[in-house]
Amino acid sequence: MMSDTNKRQLLQGNEAVAHGALAAGCRFFAGYPITPASEISEVLASWMPKVGGTFVQMEDEIASMGAIIGASLAGVKSMTATSGPGFALMQENLGYACCAEVPCVVVNVMRGGPSTGLPTSPAQGDVQMARWGTHGDHPIVVLAVSSVSDSYTLTVKAFNISEQYRVPVILLSDEVVAHTRECVQLPDPYELRIINRLKPSVPPDWYQPYEGDNRGVPAMAAFGDGYRHHVTGLVHDVQGFPTEKPSEIETFQQRITQKITRGFAQIMMSKGHRINDAEVCIIAYGSVARSAMRAVDEARDQGIKAGLLQLITLFPFPRSHVVPILKQCRAVLVPEMNNGQISREVQRVNQGDCTMVKHNRIDGQFITPDELYTQLLKL
Amino acid sequence: MSVSAQAIRHEYLRHNKKFPHVWCPGCGNGIVMAALLRAIYRSQMSKDDIVLASGIGCSGRMPTYLDFNTLHSTHGRALTFATGVKLAKPSLQVVTIMGDGDATAIGGNHFIHAARRNLDLTAIIINNQIYGMTGGQYSPTTPFGARSTTSVYGHIEHAFSIAELAVTAGASFVARSTVYHAQLLDKLIEQAMAKPGFAVVEVLSNCHIQYGRRNKLGGAVDMLQSFKDNSVTVNQAKNLTPEELDGKTTIGVLADRELPISTEEYDRIRQRAGEV
Repeated sequence: MMSDTNKRQLLQGNEAVAHGALAAGCRFFAGYPITPASEISEVLASWMPKVGGTFVQMEDEIASMGAIIGASLAGVKSMTATSGPGFALMQENLGYACCAEVPCVVVNVMRGGPSTGLPTSPAQGDVQMARWGTHGDHPIVVLAVSSVSDSYTLTVKAFNISEQYRVPVILLSDEVVAHTRECVQLPDPYELRIINRLKPSVPPDWYQPYEGDNRGVPAMAAFGDGYRHHVTGLVHDVQGFPTEKPSEIETFQQRITQKITRGFAQIMMSKGHRINDAEVCIIAYGSVARSAMRAVDEARDQGIKAGLLQLITLFPFPRSHVVPILKQCRAVLVPEMNNGQISREVQRVNQGDCTMVKHNRIDGQFITPDELYTQLLKL
Repeated sequence: MSVSAQAIRHEYLRHNKKFPHVWCPGCGNGIVMAALLRAIYRSQMSKDDIVLASGIGCSGRMPTYLDFNTLHSTHGRALTFATGVKLAKPSLQVVTIMGDGDATAIGGNHFIHAARRNLDLTAIIINNQIYGMTGGQYSPTTPFGARSTTSVYGHIEHAFSIAELAVTAGASFVARSTVYHAQLLDKLIEQAMAKPGFAVVEVLSNCHIQYGRRNKLGGAVDMLQSFKDNSVTVNQAKNLTPEELDGKTTIGVLADRELPISTEEYDRIRQRAGEV
């Protein structure tokens, strides 16, 4: 299928994630079965050995997360995929990847929660968990896909960001995108921009494994490269050894936060649809953005100056993309298949510029264009 | 091969790591570390090709001091990280160091599945029968009746036998020693590292601070003496009745078998899938 990129094909969101990962250079996948993410494992179980990569099914999601960190430390781009209950189990080692700055991609195909919740109804209930699920202050990047074609290209971008900033990237999909089949023409893998982690250029004796470059990102040697070094989930000094010195702790914490801040322009992504002259706007992400686009078009047909800002990056929250819309519009509508996890971010940056209206569904049902159109008329 | 302990220390201890280490005076962890280094020295493997992974606890600090590719992972998860490293780069020799609580309580699931999966990994488990670093709470290997900070009236649960658990779960190689039997220990570790497949070495060790003290077992020397007095070799054990073996620790190689190894099997999968 990888070689069929030049022709149109019918693909499922989950399949597109798997092929995006392969195109990005992912050569290690560890996972544990869970609906609605299992197809990602299944496709990669078949493809990884063909491309010289490795697929392994672990004993649980804790182990899957541990295995992809290990593989990444050995120099191989790695990914796992799961849904809410599994994502909860991954939080411990996800924190390790944040602390030890291990690039990796974690796909969470969201389903209804809490707990076993609603297998398998669509939901977007894991948005804040993706940002704050693991303990302590930590850098992390969260992207949301809205279509099959997104699922491919954003998986590639997730790997690129992860490699470039040495940060775990969470790719949020949802049951609707994951299981919808759409006709897509995938880009030629050779035309994709693929970013690989920076390796040390100094001799091993000079290597400081946790000294940031001018971006705050340390060069990363793989185990076996001759740069013997220590990797730990304890707060560490530039040599990678545990430290309890306040000055070194502060330096470490600031650097891992600031490396993301410095990359804001590149990491924050959104897509505008008819927003240039919009007076009312929907701010949406994931599959809901698809319904929102249709509702906006219908509203425009009725002469309402409506627009859509689709958030692709959810965290770091793309404030610089949202604020101009809040200043420009009379009102914004934030529809979500949760109780308002991104609307609280929108309200946080709103500063009284405009009226924000929430539209939430937590009944396991998809938000339709009709209901959003009705909401738009009320703004 | 005879070589001075000093030469081995110079070769394998990290010069840029500020000592002292975190272990209490008399701790068995140093004996295990020295045995591991003797085994590695004899194997003549390049330091660049060795990955030493640990979990959390007193044992978890060992990799910090040693000049290999070292990985101090999360509590109980050393084998999951090691699995990723080994599968991603099978040319690396991957050794994990764990404690009894680390490997068989919080990491118990990973431990039995690593044994079943049978990757070419070495797992050294330092069993001191207690959670030492956190202050002496009971672990899965704390004996029935023993006192700990969470079994102040005597322990009412039964202990795992780590080595027997590993045999049952399907490890290729399983051995047991104590920190008293330091010469045996380095031979067993050397054998385990040379063995293709999942190889487990359980080492009975002394935590005289958190375990010995509360159970009136004396100091470090007294506990080592009791390891000496209460150990029987695998060959001696064959001629003893179950009654005579009660309270004894069997040391030596408990299992050594040829089983399919997943790293090699996965290479065959790649061929079958038609690697391009």
